[in-house]
Amino acid sequence: MAEIKERLRRTMMFVPGNNPAMVKDAGIYGADSIMFDLEDAVSMAEKDAARDLVYEALQTQDYGDAELVVRVNGQDTPYYANDVRAMVKAGIDVVRLPKAEDAEMVKKLDADITAAEKEFGREEGSTMLMAAIESAKGVINAYQIASASDRMMGIALSAEDYTTDMKTHRYPDGAELEFARNMVLHAARAAGVAAFDTVFTNMNDTEGFYRETEYIHQLGFDGKSLVNPRQIPMVNKVYEPTKKEIENAKNVENAIKEAKLKGSGVISMNGQMVDRPVVLRAERVMRLAKASNLIDEEGNYIEK
Amino acid sequence: MKNNVNRELPEDLMKQLDYKPFETTEIGHPEVQRVAPKVTVTTGDDKVVESLEDVVKKTVKDGMTISFHHHFRNGDFVFNQVMDIILKLGIKDLTLAPSSLTGVMNDKVIEAIKAGTITNITSSGMRGSLGDFVSHGGLKNPVIFRSHGNRARSIENGNIKIDVAFLGVPNSDALGNANGMNGDAVFGSLGYALMDAQYADKVVLLTDNIVDYPNTPASIKQTQVDYVVKVDKVGDPDKIGSGATRFTKDPKELKIASMVNDVIVNSPYFKDGFSFQTGSGGAALAVTRFLRQSMIDAGITASFALGGITSPTVKLLEEGLVKKVMDVQDFDKGAAASMKNNQNQQEIDASWYADPDNKGAMVDQLDVAILSALEIDTNFNVNVMTGSDGVIRGAIGGHQDAATSKLTIISAPLVRGRIATVVPDVTTVVTPGESVDVLVTEYGIAINPRRKDLQEALSNVPGLPVYDIHDLQKLAESKVGKPEPLQFTDRTVALVEYRDGTIIDTIKQVKD
Amino acid sequence: MEIKETAVAGTLESSDIQIMLSKGTDGIAIDLESDVAKQFGNQIKKVITETLTAMGIQNAKVKAVDKGALDCVIKARTIAAAQRAAKTTDEPAWEVL
Repeated sequence: MAEIKERLRRTMMFVPGNNPAMVKDAGIYGADSIMFDLEDAVSMAEKDAARDLVYEALQTQDYGDAELVVRVNGQDTPYYANDVRAMVKAGIDVVRLPKAEDAEMVKKLDADITAAEKEFGREEGSTMLMAAIESAKGVINAYQIASASDRMMGIALSAEDYTTDMKTHRYPDGAELEFARNMVLHAARAAGVAAFDTVFTNMNDTEGFYRETEYIHQLGFDGKSLVNPRQIPMVNKVYEPTKKEIENAKNVENAIKEAKLKGSGVISMNGQMVDRPVVLRAERVMRLAKASNLIDEEGNYIEK
Repeated sequence: MKNNVNRELPEDLMKQLDYKPFETTEIGHPEVQRVAPKVTVTTGDDKVVESLEDVVKKTVKDGMTISFHHHFRNGDFVFNQVMDIILKLGIKDLTLAPSSLTGVMNDKVIEAIKAGTITNITSSGMRGSLGDFVSHGGLKNPVIFRSHGNRARSIENGNIKIDVAFLGVPNSDALGNANGMNGDAVFGSLGYALMDAQYADKVVLLTDNIVDYPNTPASIKQTQVDYVVKVDKVGDPDKIGSGATRFTKDPKELKIASMVNDVIVNSPYFKDGFSFQTGSGGAALAVTRFLRQSMIDAGITASFALGGITSPTVKLLEEGLVKKVMDVQDFDKGAAASMKNNQNQQEIDASWYADPDNKGAMVDQLDVAILSALEIDTNFNVNVMTGSDGVIRGAIGGHQDAATSKLTIISAPLVRGRIATVVPDVTTVVTPGESVDVLVTEYGIAINPRRKDLQEALSNVPGLPVYDIHDLQKLAESKVGKPEPLQFTDRTVALVEYRDGTIIDTIKQVKD
Repeated sequence: MEIKETAVAGTLESSDIQIMLSKGTDGIAIDLESDVAKQFGNQIKKVITETLTAMGIQNAKVKAVDKGALDCVIKARTIAAAQRAAKTTDEPAWEVL
């Protein structure tokens, strides 16, 4: 079974798979996840070349701690099978399936990954997968999709195709995505996987980008798909925990340590019992605080 | 003979040209003697002449030194007009001593070298076909490269003795009072040309715009000018500079710029009244935007911004974040217009800007300089002159001069394409590592080990990884591989002076 | 692997290399155009030659226009060009991947 590690996934940066300059430099911007795209960013005539390029880059380039994702071509294309095999052989962390409509598609991908892991001698279960939901049907089946495989890392909403399917388009206030966002998010949470919001493409509308990112942060998304590295620091800023949140989380951490020292199974803070959700939230806040450079090595808030 | 940055210098040439090897960036307190120009006395009533050819005939003789400024950049119409006449007249053995050479001048310079008209060149730099030509041995005598401050110094002490200066201006009155601010071909500050106007024996102004006497403000004064020549056009306004320099959208440059800003903000120099100079390159320019926000957040202002000026710097002036702009040249129309309209933007000449042999130059008061590099080595020596193939394709500009600031930051990508920027040994040393403090790349920064104070101040800044520069060099090499060494002949095609006139490096002819 | 027709892979964008592969008779003959030929010309040729050899191509004419590509890009473009020239793009060249 794939080990779905709890980790920060605030930013998933799209990188066109046939662009050597961008593939080469993808690691320098501090994205939590890098998603090499073999699908929409690559023309039909270059599918083979992009696959070769991403494969070779994955063998040789250092992408640091980033989680590496590849968006393969859809299951209805002649490229899908070889994309999956080549990327599994390359040792990719996550295979992203576009246009996921139902659990069957995810199960097929799971089986194909399993076969590829066997074929190329990779540890069985070492490759994760994720699914992009891009249609009304996908949204309605979101929970089935999210829970269809043990390899499932997360699900993402792709708004461009979805709004077309819904006979609308994107509006600044995002009302047209309200149902889909909530469905995807609930499905992800119910299945215990990550949830990613859709891209925001207008690089000149910084205000709009912040508004949308703050909104999806409030809803509870793990993060956002990004089309430009310049968006990474903006998302990270929105996801920064406050000083109060950090201090509270630090207290929870201290209470856990204290309970361990005492050998006590019950964690208490200020005379009250600390339950599991509070512990989980504290862990997440401390992870965010660390990634946002807000705490020192001992976990203390750095005054600015 | 080796100098203090470990460069082997050709003994015979050093002796022949009476040069000393570079030793130190310290200038000390020597007493120097400045020279004065010859003056041909006139009341000035007959300065305006219609024929450029007549003026050239009267003034330029075999073996002389002639000069031009480069403020029109690639929109220059002056240089080629003058050189065409000089070539036609068959004048020989000239020394060309412009403030710098831009692309539009290249073909004409090559033609003049081939004709024996130009036999010596001193310049801030050269690029393109001319750099290629010189690097392949096209000019018999070595080119002398000097920084802007060093050119001013050399003019003042007579090492560069300008016989005739041909200076294009967008306006002048009949007596030669002129500035760079009004007319079609405006470029703002006349900073580099002011040296020529002050020290050349003969000063010839070329203008397409003769205005009523007396013309004010007069950057060049009638007391300095011998002839005013009316020409059709001195320059192409569209090629002198863009409307307003735009911020880069390149995410890598923005990342570097943001880290440069982190270095500045966390340094001891970021306090009320600090001063800075930024270059005109993508990342250096983008620093201005980050710096602006940091200054607002910290509630501090800068006493002055120095050097080549762009619109983003002017914006800081207008917002009151910078009190004064000290302007030796303007890179875009917005900056040029601001010099005309804003009394807090002061035109300065090259001597005031950067001359080391001075009673104090502006660069001596500079806190922070952000400079670029083609290459930087593990001793922090910087090359802005030769490409990775060894061919001349750059200019010193004010690099050596501004690097004397208290905090000199080199901003450069770790690699460009397949070429490493951080290398074991630069091809040509232009600015000695002794005057460089911090290197900023997209991967992280390296601090000159001489600066223990900065090591301490910058070592625990979140999101600012500090590397040993040797590790950055190794990282670059791991990405691009180890290049094969360049092949040069023994022939010296150019000498690079340090700003004090010693030789910091030589450039050899490339072997093909 | 046998070259059946002339094929191209890669672009003239920065950091890329364009490889054109056609039938040859006299080993692997590479015509390289690159701004970094002085420093990396031999290395570029070595990567192309090794990749083709590993794919079982002994004879080919190669026209390479390099724009500062790293070795991994050179290898990827060589593989793509070779597969296109051999008309085998339906199955990835596992022997070199």
